[in-house]
Amino acid sequence: MTMLSFEKKYRVRGGTLLGGDLFDFWVGPFYVGFFGVTTIFFSVLGTALILYGASQGPTWNIWQINIAPPDLSYGLGLAPLSDGGLWQIITICATGAFVSWALRQVEISRKLGMGLHVPFAYGVAVFAYVTLVIIRPLLLGAWGHGFPYGILSHLDWVSNVGYQYLHFHYNPAHMLAITFFFTTTLALSMHGGLILSVTNPPKGQKVKTAEHENSFFRDDVGYSIGALGIHRLGLFLALSAGFWSAVCIVISGPFWTRGWPEWWNWWLELGIWN
Amino acid sequence: MNLLHTIRLPLVAVAAAATLAACNPPPHDTVQRGFRGTGMELVVDKAERAESVAANEAPDVIPQVPPGGPKASDLYENVEVLGDLTVGEFTRVMASITQWVAPEEGCNYCHVPGNFASEDVYTKKVARSMLAMTQRLNEDWGEKHVAPAGVTCYTCHRGQAVPQYVWSHDPGPETSDKFGNSGQNIPSPAVAYASLPYDPLTPFLEEDYPISLQGNTALPTGPNVGTKQAEWTYALMMHFSDSLNANCTFCHNSRAFSNWEQSPYQRVKAWHAIRMVRETNNGYIKPTGEWLPPHRLGSEGDVPKVSCMTCHQGAYKPMYGANMIDPFPSLARKSGVAVDMAEAAAAAKAERQGPVPAVGNMGGGE
Repeated sequence: MTMLSFEKKYRVRGGTLLGGDLFDFWVGPFYVGFFGVTTIFFSVLGTALILYGASQGPTWNIWQINIAPPDLSYGLGLAPLSDGGLWQIITICATGAFVSWALRQVEISRKLGMGLHVPFAYGVAVFAYVTLVIIRPLLLGAWGHGFPYGILSHLDWVSNVGYQYLHFHYNPAHMLAITFFFTTTLALSMHGGLILSVTNPPKGQKVKTAEHENSFFRDDVGYSIGALGIHRLGLFLALSAGFWSAVCIVISGPFWTRGWPEWWNWWLELGIWN
Repeated sequence: MNLLHTIRLPLVAVAAAATLAACNPPPHDTVQRGFRGTGMELVVDKAERAESVAANEAPDVIPQVPPGGPKASDLYENVEVLGDLTVGEFTRVMASITQWVAPEEGCNYCHVPGNFASEDVYTKKVARSMLAMTQRLNEDWGEKHVAPAGVTCYTCHRGQAVPQYVWSHDPGPETSDKFGNSGQNIPSPAVAYASLPYDPLTPFLEEDYPISLQGNTALPTGPNVGTKQAEWTYALMMHFSDSLNANCTFCHNSRAFSNWEQSPYQRVKAWHAIRMVRETNNGYIKPTGEWLPPHRLGSEGDVPKVSCMTCHQGAYKPMYGANMIDPFPSLARKSGVAVDMAEAAAAAKAERQGPVPAVGNMGGGE
């Protein structure tokens, strides 16, 4: 694979967190590093185990393949491979691969002298996953509380876990998460629309710049957050969506065992009107 | 900005304290109800469950009396249900009923002092209906719902003349809104404080509106079934969940609510329970309205009726499954006039008295 002429100057030695110079090289366009090696190791092993699990199951239908966590009776112990042990090892592999990937992003950021915003953003998604399959099961005392690995089966899990708390839309953190997800798409689409609108002027006119962008939103809503600000806002909205998703599931069970509608009784019981 | 800095810490502290106060932290008990990984589970707060177990203990039983002796009907007049019992056993049952229903008021809650045969106290006639009801429940609804624990008066009454958890038609709060509240949108305990219709018991546990509304075709094809009707069904389901302190996965795998093959067996018990409660309300409870004084009736003038909560009181099995009926074989079988009363009760129709408020026509097959 060829390298662009200017790329070479960014391929600098150093910045590694582990392994020193040993893995400090590139394969084609890809930086390797110690965490590149561990990413490959965990993802290949994990994928192979998923394929093995599928081969032991009743179907090769991609929608129906299901690798389920152990029964609750195994608690926080290890389960036999065919009774959820596979799920446990795959969970270790997935977590190992995701964390490795984040640390590889850190190394690349350090090489380039950049901030750690990218690994931080990616880390929030990893945190949400870890919350589902490690933190919440630990709090509830059994790996069986994790979600199964399967396209339809994990959706069935989501549905039933929601119904464990009667009406999940009353979960306050779920409300926040949903609101952030919707606001993220709103902000991204408005930002995308704005950039495309200024870079696609009518024939014969010049491309517009930040002044036009700011003027549009000042006319529209009285305020423009600015070219840098919209990216800060976008990052905040998107990470908040992921963060509150993790919160909404970790409080369901470990910190609230009843129906979510009932949680709001603190509002009814406020001294102001009660 | 300075102000914001000054109050930031206290604000965070107050918010954190409020959040934690509204919590029940781990560790909890957990129960698995379906195949691993399906999320069919119940998470139970230990302290809450311990409290509920303590509140749902079975009462002490008066010891059995030796067999033999004259029959109650030989000695007493006007014993229409339990006349075949020996006097000793009859007296034991009467004393037990007093413990269960009127421990403070005593025999005179139902009887005229000195004239036990008299029908002058309305509670005596009601008690006869309730005895017949108890026998019908144990004998004919046993396998379908109440066996093996069975029921006695105590299952509902718990030492009170009127069971704590009875219900009557709920007209809802008065509203100045000219559109009304459509029978919903208040945080009602009847539906576990959701905004769902707040009186789902009238259309489903007294009347016999269809409950199962889920279509079995990809696109909606049936008439008159929509989200609004489904909200009534969900409201009833909230009542079930709350009454048993269970959740939806106790009876359903939510990936296919209506599919019996994927449902836990408890759903079968619940299906029969709906019919059982309807019959109880229409066949045994409503006829007592003839005798009840006005202060015993609900705000809309209807007789207080039973629901899941009346017996279950927050336990997935009333009294957490303690056997109620074995020490009282006379309540396990229909006897005397209870036989005819059971026939009349079974024939009592659960009428649809009109459209469910604000829902329009809920017609259509079940």
